[in-house]
Amino acid sequence: MTIPAEAQEAVKRFGISIEDYMLPVHGQIQILSEDGTMLPEEQRGSSPGHQYPVPSDSELLEAYRQLVIGRRVNDQNSALVRQGRLAVYPSSHGQEACQVAAALCLRDGDWMFPTYRDSVAVMTRGVDPVETMTLFRGDWHGGYDPHAHKVGIQSTPLTTQLLHAVGVAHAAKLRGEDTVVLAMCGDGATSEGDFHEALNFAAVFHLPVVFFIQNNQYAISVPLAHQTVAPSLAHKAVGYGMAGERVDGNDIVALLAVLDRAVTLARAGSGPLLVEANTYRMQAHTNADDATRYRNQAEVEAWAAKDPLNRMRHYLRSTGHLTDDAETAFAGDAEDIAQQLRDGLNAEPRLDPQDLFRHVFTEPTPQLREQAAFLRDELARDEQSALSLGREEH
Amino acid sequence: MSTVAEAAAARAAAAAGPEAVTFAKALTTAMADAMRADDGVVVFGEDVAKLGGVFRITDGLNAEFGEQRCFDTPLAESGIVGMALGMAMNGMRPVVEMQFDAFAYPAFEQIASHVAKMHNRTRGRVTLPMVIRVPYSGGIGGVEHHCDSSEAYYAHTPGLKVFTPSSVADAYWLLREAIASDDPVVFMEPKKLYWSKEAVDLEALRADFEATNVEASRKGEGRAAVVRPGADATIIAYGPSVPPALAAAEAASAEGRSVEVVDLRTIVPFDDETVCASVRKTGRVVVVAEAQGFASVASEVTARVQERCFHSLAAPVRRVTGFDIPFPPPKLEHWYLPGVDRILDALDELQWED
Repeated sequence: MTIPAEAQEAVKRFGISIEDYMLPVHGQIQILSEDGTMLPEEQRGSSPGHQYPVPSDSELLEAYRQLVIGRRVNDQNSALVRQGRLAVYPSSHGQEACQVAAALCLRDGDWMFPTYRDSVAVMTRGVDPVETMTLFRGDWHGGYDPHAHKVGIQSTPLTTQLLHAVGVAHAAKLRGEDTVVLAMCGDGATSEGDFHEALNFAAVFHLPVVFFIQNNQYAISVPLAHQTVAPSLAHKAVGYGMAGERVDGNDIVALLAVLDRAVTLARAGSGPLLVEANTYRMQAHTNADDATRYRNQAEVEAWAAKDPLNRMRHYLRSTGHLTDDAETAFAGDAEDIAQQLRDGLNAEPRLDPQDLFRHVFTEPTPQLREQAAFLRDELARDEQSALSLGREEH
Repeated sequence: MSTVAEAAAARAAAAAGPEAVTFAKALTTAMADAMRADDGVVVFGEDVAKLGGVFRITDGLNAEFGEQRCFDTPLAESGIVGMALGMAMNGMRPVVEMQFDAFAYPAFEQIASHVAKMHNRTRGRVTLPMVIRVPYSGGIGGVEHHCDSSEAYYAHTPGLKVFTPSSVADAYWLLREAIASDDPVVFMEPKKLYWSKEAVDLEALRADFEATNVEASRKGEGRAAVVRPGADATIIAYGPSVPPALAAAEAASAEGRSVEVVDLRTIVPFDDETVCASVRKTGRVVVVAEAQGFASVASEVTARVQERCFHSLAAPVRRVTGFDIPFPPPKLEHWYLPGVDRILDALDELQWED
């Protein structure tokens, strides 16, 4: 068995076993308390081999700016659904710390493979907000170029993207590149077969993949207890011979600390790692869902008290890092993107029926060319009869 | 001394024409040649490295190209195809092996939901130059799940090309085309033909292939070919059904009927032009396929022929296909497989005037 260098180091330095290195901490890594104070080191949930340096104040300030933007994006998009401008929007309201940390832990040359709920992570990575929303507006199945920002295209099958992430990492490794791939999924996805196959492939081929599970406690209506009876999702890592860690998913400080280290280790050749973030989907699955049918208000309120924005804001205000001017500026940045979303999504999309045939293959087959011509003729006839109808009426 | 002997041997070989090679060897050579021509071509799957695949189609690739270019994976087909997709989107040309037709089904979600749709979903920004090799169909006395004709599932899924060779030369040529394709190709290999032999000069084929670059010039087009010319009727077949179709045509000629055989070679893209030209010439058609007939590739061919060539037809199109049953156990498969007699009977039913 190949033992990652980090494991060997932990074994030597802390006198712990390989299994203890691979198993997550008891509880979770938390650096910022729920009321927004920095916890002393001994209260962060860490244990030997599981120590995490705190990110710099400037990193944290930028992370907070992104949280403010992410929250605004979520709420703007939900509003656009109510106004009929978007067909659907799976909001990550409440999960913004995970979304932001996922994007900020990567370098430009790295790849991210998001789920359909990770639009804020996609935008934080730099993808154009309106292009990101194309899928949910319904004018194409995907709106952005995955290669431009190295972000896999969002789509709705569960967990399948983890294997694409593994393949991208494998190709990069074979070429000797130092790319890291962040493969994202939710708690429900861990029950899918592709979750097992992706983790196992990544481990067997020793690939630089960080699996990042946002455990928001529900797969639509089904609570975590119906997905697994494992002590935690992070515990699943040890079964594949990789290290797993559990982190407070509403604590951006802890998330950045844990993900930064995971990405650094993966880049250095540790093989894959798994990070489970405990968080909560504050809103329904989508606008078509009614969350009151399966969870109670007390639970929702308990999680509202752990809101990732409030606690970060409290920390940055109380330490003097977040000035009034900065707050105004951040709110302005968020409003700019909200405006961009409104303008872009209120504009009628340009729809070309010939696009239906254009990209099925790199070049249309004769059959597709025939069908494209059929539709073109049908539309021309419709237009012609509409015109002659108009003439008769006059 | 040895040079004289070698030269004599070479002269003798040249006079005798090319050596007989197996269908399997042609496939192996196609992959090896593609790997030599392009560093991005990688081959992986279950048992493909040291063992060379359960049918030995990847034999020698691991030894020649090393563990980075030809390797075994964990036993998980969705993983194999999903990982191949990621590698294809990151600059490589993976060629993956599904061990048997029915063992590809765990990969079906990756194939149907992503391999087939990624190019369309991303408006052509992500191309997936990848090949999924599937040994398929029966005739080898295989147990259940080793003999399915699964081509219709793939052909029905927009975004996948489906190639299936029936001759040794095509095994080489079509696999090279599939690997060169920027679209994903499901490459269906009739496993009963793996050990068939023909005298084919693979060296010459390679030189031809590398000089022509057919994929670039005929990207979207079908590749059907008239593999036996005739005047009175057309048999349309593909993959495992081409040999019985040719044998039936030969037998029919003894009875005075001149039967043309069209080998589809590519199910997607479909070559309406070649098929219809033959049908319009002969006016009588039998479609032969080993797969179950209901909602099948044979159904599609029949429908297309009747839509496009109705006025050239002297008789309704007949189909000779497998029955609509799960593929039979080894001792019963001979009753299922479309054979020469059944094809000849169908030819007889084409409302001949004589």
